[in-house]
Amino acid sequence: MPGLCRSDPNNEGAAAPGPSSSERRTFNSTARLRTDSVKKSRPLFPWFGMDIGGTLVKLVYFEPKDITAEEEQEEVENLKSIRRYLTLNTAYGKTGIRDVHLELKDLTLCGRTGNLHFIRFPTQDLPVFLQMGRDKHFSSLHTTLCATGGGPTSLKLHKLDELECLIRGVLYIDSVMPRECYYFENPTDPDHCVERPYPLENPYPMLLVNIGSGVSILAVYSENNYKRVTGTSLGGGTFLGLCCLLTGCSSFEDALEMASEGESTRVDKLVRDIYGGDYERFGLPGWAVASSFGNMMSKEKRETVSKADLARATLVTITNNIGSITRMCALNENIERVVFVGNFLRVNTLSMKLLAYAMDYWSKGQLKALFLRHEGYFGAVGALLELLHSS
Amino acid sequence: MAECVGVDSSTSAHTMDKSIILPPDEIFRNLENAKRFAIDIGGSLTKLAYYSTVQHKVAKVRSFDHTAKEAHSDKLYEISVQEEVTARLHFIKFENTYIETCLDFIKDHLVNTETKVIKATGGGAHKFKDLIEKKLGLKVDKEDEMTCLIKGCNFVLRNIPHEAFVYTKHADSEFRFQTTHPDIFPYLLVNIGSGVSIVKVESEDKFERIGGSSIANLPTPALMFSYFGQRFDELLQLASKGQHTSVDMLVKDIYGGSYGSLGLTGDLIASSFGKSATADKEFPKEDMAKSLLHMISNDIGQLACLYAKLHNLSRVYFGGFFIRGHPVTMHTITYSINYFTKGEVQALFLRHEGYLGAIGAFLKGAEEDNPNQYRWVENYAGSSGLMSVSPDMNPMQRARSGTFDMLEMDRLERQLVKLPLLQDPSSYIPDTVDLTEDALAREYWLFCFEDALDGVVQRAVASQPDLPEAPERAEKFRQKYRHKLQTLRHQPFAYGSLTVRSLLDTREHCLNEFNFPDPYSKIKQRENDLALKYYLKAVKALEKLEWEDRQLALVSGVLAGNVFDWGAKAVSDVLESDPEFGFEEAKRQLEERPWLVDCYDQWFERLKGPPHRCALFFVDNSGVDIILGVIPFVRELLSRGTEVVLASNSGPALNDVTNVLTLDSFSYSFLLSSRLDKVLATLVRERKTDLVIIEGMGRAIHTNYYAMLSCESLKMAVIKNSWLADRLGGKLFSVVFKYEVPNRLHMIHSTL
Repeated sequence: MPGLCRSDPNNEGAAAPGPSSSERRTFNSTARLRTDSVKKSRPLFPWFGMDIGGTLVKLVYFEPKDITAEEEQEEVENLKSIRRYLTLNTAYGKTGIRDVHLELKDLTLCGRTGNLHFIRFPTQDLPVFLQMGRDKHFSSLHTTLCATGGGPTSLKLHKLDELECLIRGVLYIDSVMPRECYYFENPTDPDHCVERPYPLENPYPMLLVNIGSGVSILAVYSENNYKRVTGTSLGGGTFLGLCCLLTGCSSFEDALEMASEGESTRVDKLVRDIYGGDYERFGLPGWAVASSFGNMMSKEKRETVSKADLARATLVTITNNIGSITRMCALNENIERVVFVGNFLRVNTLSMKLLAYAMDYWSKGQLKALFLRHEGYFGAVGALLELLHSS
Repeated sequence: MAECVGVDSSTSAHTMDKSIILPPDEIFRNLENAKRFAIDIGGSLTKLAYYSTVQHKVAKVRSFDHTAKEAHSDKLYEISVQEEVTARLHFIKFENTYIETCLDFIKDHLVNTETKVIKATGGGAHKFKDLIEKKLGLKVDKEDEMTCLIKGCNFVLRNIPHEAFVYTKHADSEFRFQTTHPDIFPYLLVNIGSGVSIVKVESEDKFERIGGSSIANLPTPALMFSYFGQRFDELLQLASKGQHTSVDMLVKDIYGGSYGSLGLTGDLIASSFGKSATADKEFPKEDMAKSLLHMISNDIGQLACLYAKLHNLSRVYFGGFFIRGHPVTMHTITYSINYFTKGEVQALFLRHEGYLGAIGAFLKGAEEDNPNQYRWVENYAGSSGLMSVSPDMNPMQRARSGTFDMLEMDRLERQLVKLPLLQDPSSYIPDTVDLTEDALAREYWLFCFEDALDGVVQRAVASQPDLPEAPERAEKFRQKYRHKLQTLRHQPFAYGSLTVRSLLDTREHCLNEFNFPDPYSKIKQRENDLALKYYLKAVKALEKLEWEDRQLALVSGVLAGNVFDWGAKAVSDVLESDPEFGFEEAKRQLEERPWLVDCYDQWFERLKGPPHRCALFFVDNSGVDIILGVIPFVRELLSRGTEVVLASNSGPALNDVTNVLTLDSFSYSFLLSSRLDKVLATLVRERKTDLVIIEGMGRAIHTNYYAMLSCESLKMAVIKNSWLADRLGGKLFSVVFKYEVPNRLHMIHSTL
């Protein structure tokens, strides 16, 4: 999701999905491919949804489990092989990974029962993935790949509106998956900070903060009434990019692991480092960060910090910045419920707790930070739903 | 762990540099008489403020009492040069590395001080406390940083004309300076130091820190330090050469183009540093620096917008040492503010952003001296101007004191106010041509002033025949003023909008600096004497005329008199070559009617009507101008029953009238606004002034030409400069006679 942007005036009024908004959703004429191919009430298998982000491609795959013998017989060989390949493996090529723990079992979609698989691989490997599709004679199948997000325009994909997919995906997953949404109880007390399920039955209005490579912030008033409030280019991509430059690490997981071992207060200058304690005149507690990386102005301190400390400081800086902007948006939009999604939060409890803390502390308990287990996959889920809906 | 709050200071451990030699002529001036100190020590820069008394010479005039038969001289008055003591504020900004050298220097030169304390603010105040106390023997008295900052900001916004400016990268003039406005509140101040503080300021004493972020400035240099060990200024230089697109992930990198439905263009940054995540690749430093600068500036701009929106504020000032006049930074912040608020919020930068804390700390200490009841004006001779220390932006950088930046302000002993008769005081812009925006005009006037410099130097020496060291001082004046002109050629924006008036002011300040209070005193004296000899004859000749003819003759007289002006080169050439060039000849030189701007007929019609209650006459030159031109005109007004108030400059500008008349309208220039004496303003109100007469090229054309008054006005001038004449579509000695009646009055008169 792109960062530096404001809400689009055309988008703000997009309350009801009329003909104009569906036009908007159709990015290129390849949509016709599908309308030709889909004659029956539901699309032919395989069912895929894809979200091409700046860093990661997110793919959801619906594996039908209620295949009849007749279907089994009809199923062309290459389709069968795809199903087997995807479901029997958890890693694809060098970089593709299936998040097994997120798999949704016995799901009923469009009258079919099956499992929903969540797969991701780096965007830079998209050509490899497509080549694999070609090798397995993907193109001979009567199917359309519904995709959202970015990706090279040369790809023959049915492109969908990213934000709409995102919101649909969130609402859908939350409706089928119990305990999908959760929050942290006692976020300001590290000893008693525990995860608790949050029933998202009546979610509106909510601020939906999608932290991918960049950040988009949406105000959602109903399934079809939402606007993009703002965004920032300081997102997960920035964290990883800076971490790579500062520590020489090469993956998100490495960067996070380093961060978990580091101490940001060795890098950041805190209020108490300047004032000896709280800056009472303005109600700033001594532990608050006064200057991110502020200690790095000093040569001696530069020599004593570890790479882990730098990684941690980078994580804290980026997370806090997202927290600040989110909080201001929540105030401006007068919304108290904030849902954070996006792959920046994947295996990143550190950032989630930081965000929970920041929302709670600086709003004096007014704002609630909510998280979803399927963090980064909602756009892809939305794309899949679109495939099924439109048929 | 929590949201960052950003407090704008940090200390750093620079190693002290004791090897530099300070150039005392240029920095730490008037230290001997320093009365009060304040210091603001930031993360890398120290700002020192002190207040000194300055002794300089002024020319005083003493009239002889001619009625008492005291006529041992045939001169009208005598001139004496006296010493006058005035107050001046000095601000010096230097890198923390020099702090010890500077403290030693101060200690060695501090002679007459009675002060026992030094007010200190900034994050470094704590760190350097012991050093300061040990070196200076003064007690360090710490002041709250934010309070100082706001106090300083209010002070510069009120006192320094053209303090705030809007930055537009691709405009004719990148800097658009704002005029000072009495209502400065409310505003948002975004102070960017090591962190960011966002402060909502509602009145002099009421302000609130509403937020901040720590993604600012120092994290980045800090971050870069840890990577390359670069210094901040070097980083900015690097950034100006870099391409951020190799490091940042743009919208088009993800979407292949723009993201139309969201209104995101392809060139927008989707993820800062998003491309540097792809391991192993090396990125040029320049590109990373640029990306970093973009990231920080965008982020600050975005936060500022969110706060401005939440608090309903439309003016956002940016201060702190992050910006320091760096074009890329200002451009990115401005762009980001425009982008996020769709132009509803204006990003304003400050010429003296770096001094806010020091000014505030000084004011805190000086509260018992009531600094607020005075008016302070920037002294152009002693101030180094915007961007004077930016390494690659100022080719005129002073060799030895390149990293020292200065601001000096003079205290005026009188309150200055706006002329109550201005139709719309808040929109009054005195200067007719802004040379910052008009490159052709700028070139011409800079050339003019440089060309006239030799003459001014000669006059200056001639004005002090008894002082043997005068030529040496005059030479120093020449160097200083020439240097100022050269700086302005490269950086027309260095002192705010460049105008003919500011060029004259700068020359005045430089002349005063070297104790030439009035280089034209001798010439004025001679001309006054010559004119007076002809006065009676001229008046008698006028009295003989019929009423109708006399009115035109009086106007011609004022105009002819106005030809006599040493400041205009064309005139001084004639006068120099032919001292007998007479008043009558001047009349013949005047353009025939109809003049270039000719409202005489309307004026003549008006004279047939009822007399004015009170006329305020801003006079121009001494000698022939006032004695043979203005006085007869005034006599006629008086005879109609109109009261007349004559207003002149209190300080000399060329051969302007000084002190000959009863009322002064302040100093060097010719403004109806802000720089007018309060006494005069009161008088104008009490006497119910209904006519304002402005005479001379400086007051009626270079300035005020477009000023709309709420009463009738006459603007009279002879154009004595062929370039300006060209511009206005006339020729040398063309006449401007502009008579204006405000709309409302006009209707009343026409119905009468």
